[in-house]
Amino acid sequence: MPLLTASDVAIERGERRLLADVNLTVSAGEIWQLVGANGVGKTSLMRALAGLARLGVEGQIERQAELLYLGHASALKPSLNAMENLRCHPACDVMASDDDIERALAAVSLTGNEERPVGALSAGQQRRVALAHLLVSPARLWLLDEPFTALDSSGCDWLDEKIQQHVEAGGGLIFTSHQPSRFGSRQTDLELARFAC
Amino acid sequence: MPASEANLTLHGAFARQFSRHARAIIRSPAEVANPLLFFFMVITLFPLGLGPDPQRLAEMAPGILWVVALLSSLMVSGKLFASDYEDGSLEQLAIAPFPLAVLALGEVAAYWLATGFLLALTSPIFALILGLPATGIFTLVVSLLLGTACLTLIGAVGSALTVSIRRCGMLLSLLIIPLNVPVLIFGTTAVSEAVVGGNATSWLALMGALALGSLAVMPVAIGAALRVSLDQ
Repeated sequence: MPLLTASDVAIERGERRLLADVNLTVSAGEIWQLVGANGVGKTSLMRALAGLARLGVEGQIERQAELLYLGHASALKPSLNAMENLRCHPACDVMASDDDIERALAAVSLTGNEERPVGALSAGQQRRVALAHLLVSPARLWLLDEPFTALDSSGCDWLDEKIQQHVEAGGGLIFTSHQPSRFGSRQTDLELARFAC
Repeated sequence: MPASEANLTLHGAFARQFSRHARAIIRSPAEVANPLLFFFMVITLFPLGLGPDPQRLAEMAPGILWVVALLSSLMVSGKLFASDYEDGSLEQLAIAPFPLAVLALGEVAAYWLATGFLLALTSPIFALILGLPATGIFTLVVSLLLGTACLTLIGAVGSALTVSIRRCGMLLSLLIIPLNVPVLIFGTTAVSEAVVGGNATSWLALMGALALGSLAVMPVAIGAALRVSLDQ
């Protein structure tokens, strides 16, 4: 059963048509990577798929699974610590216990930083807090916009592993990245989609 | 790492958003102090500008206190959703499996407690600076409690509509000041009536109705306005 289906999606920004004829179906166990140059519309498509952008979006987008969306911004309050940020995450999908949240923070190598204000952490550590959300959310469909940004090589390896585990457990995801595919994933070339219109 | 299978209720989601923003406000004392400091500074300027005549100041006190409360609210309203928009929290709220209106209301409630509620509780001090007769102080506190709730909710709609626009201060003022005028009139009249021994209760009742009406309608408008702003 597909987790997300997008049919004939076209996106316009003002007078400019960013994308046309985007068709994709994300099924359980699938990884999709959106590739394309800067400004081609990757983030616009991700926001449209997440249901955040509707103005100027044509076509049909159907989601059949709970969604986790990670955008460019990490949705963290600098004055709150990592535990508080995850416990009261604005997506309202974290039902994990404090112990689970602590384990998730440990998994992203933030042991000892649980009580520090997120604003006092480095950009990479803040990204790790945001990624710890992946471990405490029950969502099966992940939409990750540039998830590797600000991560060091060990962080990238960790994320690779989590993505593999997620799809093996029956999840699916779409992510954007300028790096070549690390998963042999299906690729949607937005450049081609743009030229097609 | 499996997450718990328990479901979050609407009430629980509201409480979490309230808690998230209340904690953030407590950790940033300037958020609480700025409106109060602004209120104090402006109130202390009036005796300097109008002269030290206690009779004259006392007569003008209800209007002065309410106008400054409105300006203080306006100052806070502009920033209500700004940090959420910038840090991506609004996007997460918008995809949460709960009505955006309810989640946003949790944030508005936290802001009101930190600003309007505190302002109402501390207003007797400012009233004494202006020489407001003691008979008007209780009404002043109640009217500010009800009135600042309305002002915060109206301001939140304005903030939600303009959150994606840079340097929108003037636009925000143009949007929400006209909507704040009834609150200002009712609040000032209630306190003035209490000072002269008139019927302040009916004005407070009107303000109560206005507050309840705002509570019923404004969250829906806030949610819709936030979605429009996110769609930019």
